[in-house]
Amino acid sequence: MNAVAHLLTSALVALVQLALVAVGGPLLLGVMRKVRSRLEGRVGAPIYQPLLDLRKLFTKQRMRPRESSWLFGAGPLMLVATVVCVSAISPLATTRPPLGQSTDFFAVIFALLLGSVVLALAALDTGTAFAGMGASRSMTIGALAEPALLVAILAMAIPARTSNLPALVRSGLSHPALIASPSRVLALASFLVVILAESGRLPVDNPNTHLELTMIHEAMVLEYSGPDLGFIILGESMRLVFLLGLLVNLLVPWGVANRPGALFFVIGLAALAAKVLVAGVAIAIFEVFTAKMRLFRLPELLAGGFVLALLGAVTAVVGR
Amino acid sequence: MNHVSVLMTALAGLVAAIAGGTLPARSRVGAAVLLTWVSCAAALVAAVSVLRSGHAIVMSTSKILPLTGISLVLTPLGAVFVVAIVVVALASTLYWLGYADHGLSTRSASSALPIFVTSMILVPFAGSVATFLVLWELMALTSLVLVLTDQSRREAARSAAQWYAVMTHAGAAAILLALVLLSAHAGGQTFAQIELHARHLSGALRGTIFVLALLGFASKAGAVPLHVWLPKAHAEAPGPASALMSGAMVNLGIYGIILVGNVLLGGGPVWWWLLVSALGVLSALYGALYAATSSDLKRLLAYSTADNMGLVLIALGASGMFAAAGSHTTAAIAMVAALLLMFNHSLFKGALFLAAGAVQMATGTRDLDRLGGLLKRMPVTGVVFLIGALSVAALPPLNGFVGEWLLLQSLLHALPSTNTAVVITVAVAVAALALTGGLTVAAFVKAMGIGFLGRPRSEEASNAREVPATMQLGAGLLALACLALGLVPMLILPSLELGARGVQRVGVPPPVRGWVSLHLFALHGVLAPSLLAGGLVAAVVATMLARRVSHRRSKPWPALAPAEPWGSGRRTQTVRMQYTATSFAEPLQRVFDDVIRPTRDLDVSPAVESQYYVERIAYRTSNDDVIERVVYQPFIAAVRRWGRFARKLQNGSVHRYLAFGLLALVVVLVVLA
Repeated sequence: MNAVAHLLTSALVALVQLALVAVGGPLLLGVMRKVRSRLEGRVGAPIYQPLLDLRKLFTKQRMRPRESSWLFGAGPLMLVATVVCVSAISPLATTRPPLGQSTDFFAVIFALLLGSVVLALAALDTGTAFAGMGASRSMTIGALAEPALLVAILAMAIPARTSNLPALVRSGLSHPALIASPSRVLALASFLVVILAESGRLPVDNPNTHLELTMIHEAMVLEYSGPDLGFIILGESMRLVFLLGLLVNLLVPWGVANRPGALFFVIGLAALAAKVLVAGVAIAIFEVFTAKMRLFRLPELLAGGFVLALLGAVTAVVGR
Repeated sequence: MNHVSVLMTALAGLVAAIAGGTLPARSRVGAAVLLTWVSCAAALVAAVSVLRSGHAIVMSTSKILPLTGISLVLTPLGAVFVVAIVVVALASTLYWLGYADHGLSTRSASSALPIFVTSMILVPFAGSVATFLVLWELMALTSLVLVLTDQSRREAARSAAQWYAVMTHAGAAAILLALVLLSAHAGGQTFAQIELHARHLSGALRGTIFVLALLGFASKAGAVPLHVWLPKAHAEAPGPASALMSGAMVNLGIYGIILVGNVLLGGGPVWWWLLVSALGVLSALYGALYAATSSDLKRLLAYSTADNMGLVLIALGASGMFAAAGSHTTAAIAMVAALLLMFNHSLFKGALFLAAGAVQMATGTRDLDRLGGLLKRMPVTGVVFLIGALSVAALPPLNGFVGEWLLLQSLLHALPSTNTAVVITVAVAVAALALTGGLTVAAFVKAMGIGFLGRPRSEEASNAREVPATMQLGAGLLALACLALGLVPMLILPSLELGARGVQRVGVPPPVRGWVSLHLFALHGVLAPSLLAGGLVAAVVATMLARRVSHRRSKPWPALAPAEPWGSGRRTQTVRMQYTATSFAEPLQRVFDDVIRPTRDLDVSPAVESQYYVERIAYRTSNDDVIERVVYQPFIAAVRRWGRFARKLQNGSVHRYLAFGLLALVVVLVVLA
């Protein structure tokens, strides 16, 4: 009986977290666009506009380029599925997510990478120049971002002596000094650079560009239409919310439910929404004042992120 | 029983070779394959019984090899390598049945391939220096014959074989020197005697022996800068042979390093293992970089082999360093990680090379820029390559990820050690690991995306047909094994732990446990590959369901309607407008320009009427191996110069030769007096 109840609670927690990410993703996009519009002196669309767009896209026709294979359809599916999978088991609203014991930071990151890789393959499947260009650029950025990402995880994991994600969040709650430690701060700064790069935000990629030659991510998904495009927009925005959620929980873990109980979980959800909202607005404000970098200047940015992470790892060892 | 199976292994291999060399063309390959399977099966029986009981098989006879006799000992460590080789060999020989008509049914190939397989299987059985060297040489020579199979059709195969012959024999010379030094000073040539006495040797001698052995074995494993033969020989060898070389033979280089470093010498000081790790870091980065920028499918795979062996060397070096620094739990994890990385590499690289061989057979080319659209034309081979590519890119839920995760965990938990050298190496190793991982992902997205997806870039690619069923089955088995080990790593981990335990000087309990989720012993680290995979599958199903439900109109879910892709308003797009392997790799190549230093050649010829109108642009770029260009070519040029100088001594005149004779006699007399 107890086991069944436990299972049901776990499933409920997973579903609610998932729902928050799924609805929060498009809403965060709307908020970021609204902030940008206001700062540029425009009224802007309502913040729920991306949800309306998605609803419209899901009623449209699906098209595929001639001569593409089944992999073309698998791209959006895997993108969404990987985010769905990791956001159900990650410590977003609670430090005790279902299967939390096996939610390893490296596993989460590599699962997300699976989504990006299948999407890049799907882009190459279109057989067009633009999609190939987008895939090539996004893989280049991914390759250069990976050292920063893994070393940043290492820098956070060494003081906590584990790469288990819920344990990392809990370590911040039980030892607040750990959060202010140079290793965690440096690692999170590097993590932020990687998030901006991986989710195609400025200064790495301009999500609002209309010129194919300057596109990275948009070029990859140029051939998608209707529900497939909807899934890509949904998946990308969910991924942004998920990564920001991890970042804020590692940076300011307070509010996240560390005890069983519905009330704590609801507080955790609210806290997560508030923290991600603040982070999203900050990124939107930052984007207004930033220009896109040249593609071949990006290695410098990512190398900077890597150096931050490496410094974090070194201080983590030396500081012990 | 075990002795019988060991004898069966050797005998069946021998008979297979004889059958392959003598039978008529029709039945030759079939008989050789069947007998090779008998040999493999017998070896598998022996290896499994060793891994079950944990006791070594010991056999020796003084009747076969004069002076020294033959000594065969199979330890659990050796058994792990035997299993890896047997799995690749079974799949590759099955594949050979379908591939044989493609120039691999000659007498020489049909007798060399069984001996190659059997000698590889028997190398880990070797229990004495003489036995080891004989089997090692047999393996090198038969693989050389296989590299040369295509030489009548391709000039490159001949040059590859030359490189391979020289490098493998230089390596063998270093190994010979190391082992002879060892047996001379340890007072015996069986490994058991050496193991007993080697720890009493002086530090300098032990160091010399280790470095010599490391050089020899690392060149077999394809470690940079001794890798130059590998992209040539592995690319030129025919399909099943290249799978065997890249999936099985390179492992024996790793085996040799463990054998000499950990078993015979019984571990060593930190600097040995720093050297191993440094070689590993160099190989991993260099291999991954060249894999990411190469546009020849098999060359790409070969460079990726150097990269993966680099990862194994990093793990091996880390294990040795942790053991020397006294943290034995992490050392055990790192050793298991090394063996797991090696085993996984055998499976996915075997599958990838078999798939690449199928592509070469179906299209006649390995040039990615002439391939494309093969997933639709060769569905099974395409899926095999996809699984292999995702696996080598270390993506869950495939086996490559589990090995990389274990290595990362061992590095992560070892960092709080006091040794500064260890700390710095670990930080560098993690960074190298990460960059390597990123480059490998790019390389294999390119290989899969350009080679198998999109539109066919040449006539040959658009006319490609799926290969015979035996070839699909052979490659498919290895891909399935990748999937199985990715979901349930415990299928192999206990055996690897048993193999690793024989190497450790300090016994620790098995470092990894748990069937569904892997728990690290005494450390906080859990990975649940099958649950993660289950979650992914559930998420895919849920997403598909959501897709259906969210489609608001009651119409059935629309099928994907084919349409012209977007071309900035252009009506038609030709195949040549697609991205190519070269253009895909261009950003990475530009980022790492200073390392690769590619040669570019831009030739613009303006029209006669005006220089502002261009008539023709020729752009050539090649990224030859920079180490080959900077280190090896000058050396070869120097040897050539010396040879030309030496030729001046000979002009065919008998008088001159008589004078040389007299001179030599005088010198000898003077020296002796």
